Amino acid sequence: MDIVWYLVLSALIFSIGAVGVLTRRSPLVVLICLELMLNAGNLALVAFARMTGTADGQIFALIVMIVAAAEVVVGLGLIVAMYRNRVPMDVDELSELRG
Amino acid sequence: MEAVVFWFAAALAVAGALGIVLQRNPFYSVLALVVHLIALAVLFLLLRAEFLAAAQVIVYAGAVMVLYVFVVAYVGGLEDPLTEPSPALRALAVVFCVALLAELSVAIAGSGLKALDTHGPELEAGFGSPAQIGELFLTRFLIAFELVSLLLLIAAVAAVVLARREPETSSRPQPDRGLARERQVF
Repeated sequence: MDIVWYLVLSALIFSIGAVGVLTRRSPLVVLICLELMLNAGNLALVAFARMTGTADGQIFALIVMIVAAAEVVVGLGLIVAMYRNRVPMDVDELSELRG
Repeated sequence: MEAVVFWFAAALAVAGALGIVLQRNPFYSVLALVVHLIALAVLFLLLRAEFLAAAQVIVYAGAVMVLYVFVVAYVGGLEDPLTEPSPALRALAVVFCVALLAELSVAIAGSGLKALDTHGPELEAGFGSPAQIGELFLTRFLIAFELVSLLLLIAAVAAVVLARREPETSSRPQPDRGLARERQVF
């Protein structure tokens, strides 16, 4: 397959993830859609690594994967803390930073 | 053969992505994400990234998804929103993202990279193997490797701090209850 198809697929997945981040209300689903966008970036990085014939892009993708795992852990920890403190689970209600 | 596998995996990945966005129940969104991640792992294999594909399945579809499913089961019942967004805003978001897709496609087409329409160069046998990735991590990308390990430690500590119970709220009722019991006794 030509490399360009991988990049087009990556752009498509990125846009679908952006739709999810902008339209969904639940912070949990917003996190999942962020994950989708990060994965689209990963696919583009791996495609470029194949295009140039060096493995550097795969290293970048691996580091993105680790950063995404860290983000998921902190995000899910925040969601559990919100649930414990009876904060409404709606991203439009969560417009203030208050300790 | 390669084209058949590519189109199958690509269709599965897009279907999984659409499933995440369109499902009302967050639990089904998480299951659609698992389908999406496994399809992406197949695409990584087609791009000769063996180690990355294995890491994708084990780390993402294994560990991270278990975390998601656990939190969805713990929090539960999130599917009813408090306020319904206006349809105009939702349509605006979709229009914005279609524009984003068009812009990205133009950027890809106009990038002028000559290798875009090829399969990529011929690769030696060990490309993308754990040996090569590990060697790069310990030589050229050593600083990034160490920083990422520090980041993982910070994230683990942050998760413990965020998800622990507040000590004052759990211990405050106890003295009152003890006092009440003493009053009952006397």
